[in-house]
Amino acid sequence: MSLFDKFLPIQEARNELLKSGVNPFHVTVEKIISPTEAIINGRKTILVGTNNYLGLTFHPDSILAAQQALAQEGTGTTGSRMANGSFASHNALEKAIADFYGAPYAIVFSTGYQANLGVLSALAGPGDTILIDGDSHASIYDGCRLGGAEIIRFKHNDVADLEKRLRRLGDRSYRTLIVVEGIYSMLGDRAPLAEIVEVKKKYGATLIVDEAHSLGVLGQHGRGLAEETGVEQDVDCIVGTFSKSLGSTGGFGISFHPEFELIRYTSRPYIFTASPCPSVVASTRATIRIIQTQPELRQHLWTNSQNLYEGLTKSGYMLGAEVGPIIAAMVPNKELALAMWQQLLENGIYVNLMIPPATPNGECLLRCSVSAAHTHEQIENIIAAFADMSHGTQTHISPAHVQPGATLN
Amino acid sequence: MMSYSAILPQLFDTLKPFTKPGFQLKEQTELVAELGLDSLQVMQVLLKIEDHFDISIPLNNLPNIRTVKDLGEEIEKLLKG
Repeated sequence: MSLFDKFLPIQEARNELLKSGVNPFHVTVEKIISPTEAIINGRKTILVGTNNYLGLTFHPDSILAAQQALAQEGTGTTGSRMANGSFASHNALEKAIADFYGAPYAIVFSTGYQANLGVLSALAGPGDTILIDGDSHASIYDGCRLGGAEIIRFKHNDVADLEKRLRRLGDRSYRTLIVVEGIYSMLGDRAPLAEIVEVKKKYGATLIVDEAHSLGVLGQHGRGLAEETGVEQDVDCIVGTFSKSLGSTGGFGISFHPEFELIRYTSRPYIFTASPCPSVVASTRATIRIIQTQPELRQHLWTNSQNLYEGLTKSGYMLGAEVGPIIAAMVPNKELALAMWQQLLENGIYVNLMIPPATPNGECLLRCSVSAAHTHEQIENIIAAFADMSHGTQTHISPAHVQPGATLN
Repeated sequence: MMSYSAILPQLFDTLKPFTKPGFQLKEQTELVAELGLDSLQVMQVLLKIEDHFDISIPLNNLPNIRTVKDLGEEIEKLLKG
């Protein structure tokens, strides 16, 4: 028995996938053309599985800013901010994201994943409790583990279950961190934040909202679900990523608590990693400006989301949540999901294939993420490709085929 | 305070609906291996047990729970506070 034997089941699962002729979890984008198009398998393909919600990855202002930073500040920082020092541009990015949220304190991390690791592990340690939504992203689970707090899961978006668990904690609820997400990445549903805030206040807990998929998407100014719900002052911390609506990489945490600033002295994912490279910092600063000055991007995104949602619904698909930029078509089983995903790709449409254990409730999903940069024609093409499958003999799907347990949350 | 011996029969009753017909639950029964529960069913079982005993079982403790006895002892520990 060697260390490597544990990979045998994974090898078998991968080989099974490869029999279908393509590996959905190792797709090569041969050439990226625009935020919504690429060459995959030698074919021009519409991308509707990229989380590029505002389509800013090719924005000329962002590219120019990155090019200038590259020329003036170099390709990398070669170390952490604590050891090598912060570049002025790191501090400027922190000020930009703090100003965007109207919050006094912000910390930037090298990735969105590390933002959750860094903030959660620093906030809740041994002796503390974290209550996390059952559908939380892996970075939330990992961040909780890294800190050493007691981790308790509550039923997805179930405020009554959350309250029950806070009650069970007794006085410990005052040292409890509640973690929820603005928009959940798999089905696209939102946390019932107003109710969660009420419960949090009742039990004296602390609340953090991960706005990874809602930044740039929800709220009058694009700040996310807390803004949309009108509870920004009641949320203790927000974490998010630069890698979705903002089109670069990196993550952040913001807060109104002055102690938040001290996280940078205790957070291992902040201290022991190389700081974001100057071109990434510059492009992120540019896209933060863009989303503040171009609210029409959000309007395009919502128009496209509405159109795709209606089109897929009319074609008979059962979708995972209300209208939004994440539109997940539920498919009864893994084999059918893989066949449909492959057929979409052959017809020039790239979506995300999502299967258990990465999905809630054991769902199999064809997950679309809509972009403001999609044209009306592209959305129509995506709908047509899905509709083709719904009327085909091999892969017919209708709500009647969906398992009774495959319900919305 | 509920003792382990008082917890055990209630635990058997709670687990029974998740077993195949004729399956005899014992203290040494392995929850995943013998009951054939997938991860989704494990979560359903835990939710039911947590509500029955009015406790929350921390995720940190799950790797140490393999058998019915392990689960009973964990419940006893949590009820003691």
